[in-house]
Amino acid sequence: MIVQRRGWTTRSLKLWLPLGGFMLFTLFPFYWMAITSLKPNSELYNRKIMPLIVYHPTLKHYVDLLTETNFLLWTWNTFLVAVVSTAISLVFGVMLAYPLARMRFAGAALISFAVAATYLVPQPLLFIPLADIINQLGLGDTLTSVILTYPTLLVPFCAWLLMGYFRSVPHELEDAARIDGATRLQTMFKVFLPLCIPGFISAGIFAFTLAQNEFLYALIFLTQTDVRTVPVGAISELVKGDVFYWGQLMAAALLGSVPVAIIYSFFVEHYVAGLTAGAVKQ
Amino acid sequence: MSASAPTLAAATPRAPRRSTFRQWTEREGVFSWLMVIPPLLFLIALVGYPFVYGIWLSLQDRPVARAGTFVGLANFVADWKDPVFWQVTQNTFVYTIAATLLKMVGGLALALVMNQEFKFKNTIRALMLLPFIVPTVLSTIAWMWILDPAFSIINWLLRYFAIANPGPSWLGNPDLAMLSLIIVNTWRGLPFYAITLLAGLQTISPDLYEAATIDGASAWHRFRWVTLPLLRPVIFIVTMFSVIFTFADFQLVYVLTRGGPANATHLYATYAFDVAMGGGQLGMGASIALAMLPPLALIIFAMSLYMKPNKT
Repeated sequence: MIVQRRGWTTRSLKLWLPLGGFMLFTLFPFYWMAITSLKPNSELYNRKIMPLIVYHPTLKHYVDLLTETNFLLWTWNTFLVAVVSTAISLVFGVMLAYPLARMRFAGAALISFAVAATYLVPQPLLFIPLADIINQLGLGDTLTSVILTYPTLLVPFCAWLLMGYFRSVPHELEDAARIDGATRLQTMFKVFLPLCIPGFISAGIFAFTLAQNEFLYALIFLTQTDVRTVPVGAISELVKGDVFYWGQLMAAALLGSVPVAIIYSFFVEHYVAGLTAGAVKQ
Repeated sequence: MSASAPTLAAATPRAPRRSTFRQWTEREGVFSWLMVIPPLLFLIALVGYPFVYGIWLSLQDRPVARAGTFVGLANFVADWKDPVFWQVTQNTFVYTIAATLLKMVGGLALALVMNQEFKFKNTIRALMLLPFIVPTVLSTIAWMWILDPAFSIINWLLRYFAIANPGPSWLGNPDLAMLSLIIVNTWRGLPFYAITLLAGLQTISPDLYEAATIDGASAWHRFRWVTLPLLRPVIFIVTMFSVIFTFADFQLVYVLTRGGPANATHLYATYAFDVAMGGGQLGMGASIALAMLPPLALIIFAMSLYMKPNKT
């Protein structure tokens, strides 16, 4: 009995107590987001009552958000941009990663280096010249502007992740296909790439969440309400001067996070594999 | 090869001219280059060219929507003499160093806690990653409300437990505003550290700990002399990424403080944004953005000296 109890106490101290602390810190903002979005204004702006729970939950903020703002349109824009730029990035990523991971050719080392360097170029370094270029091309306030620029952030990442994955695939099947007379292109499409579906899911999920998360380019390139993405729309249109529509802001924050969270929940393992691939794989 | 295709071999003992192009594209080097050229051109057009164009902009007096005039290094000289620029430099260093240390220590602690066997481990790990995958601007909106001057939940708790009344203005006081930003950045970045370091921990063979225990090593010694050295390469890479993206952070500051109060939380990115987009001075803005490169290179260089996984 004593041993058991002692084991339980140490375990609480070494595991559940710190874990609980971290979870509280991690998850509290989401809880806060959720209950704030459900509070009527009379509770929201009353400093007297205990704010940690909702007394009279209401969906008013959600209704207002969906009927009085362009939130649904922003959601569609965000989704469209994320899907198209992820698709472009996967195609370009494969075109870079396949030769770099599987072939020997002059200049390969230089290209690998260039791709890694591109990945590390911080976005704020490029937004001013890019804003000017997008203006000169007449692409301001079009979704094309972000569909073109997001892959600059995603391609190096996808290429880098896929290279790691491609290297882990054994050569035998490709060799067999080549000996049977398949061209390099056939070998790549019919034999090699089908083996790499998990790698594509990892890279795709990661790229998709990055695209949903992007803010700086969207903020600068998209100034009209009908082309905005959720983050830019929320921060620009639910804050009017000094007036914050807190209920609607929280509803937007929550609803805007839900699509990413759902997709993420289906592919957690792939996401984690993508996240840790670069750092841990030797 | 020719033996397996007798009819072909009989008709054309040597390679026919017709198929030379085909053979050419089948060569490893040619195939590779044909593959990589389109994405490379894309990256050159939208990363390489803007980078060079940014340098060119930084050498001009260039109001938005008007032609620029070449001014040489005048913009950089103006930055050098601008007290706000130095304030921004200091802010960026404080922000980056404090947030990185907190994320590194907290992330390592969380990774060690999670490197035990317990129920619902995968679910908890998935939940822990939420701050990292939810769009930053949206989660920062929740933090803005947590830190609100009038309705902050923190201040409500401070009042409730009679610690302070009415409680501080988290985003209104220069020091507290910086502290708040560091906390929120830590909140967002910590899961990335924790999950990556956890994956690193799981590659360490249990035999090593067993051997160390038999040799009489305490828990602290096992951590100091087994875990840390083996984790060093992972810590190095994670920290390098994190430093680069923290140094160049934009979103958190834009949403929470816009650089205020009185420039106390402006970072290079937000200051460049204000000058270029708010003030319409593209040339000055580009020079501020470029000015972040040397200090960033310096930090990375210092880091690689201290932390680089070496063989010894």
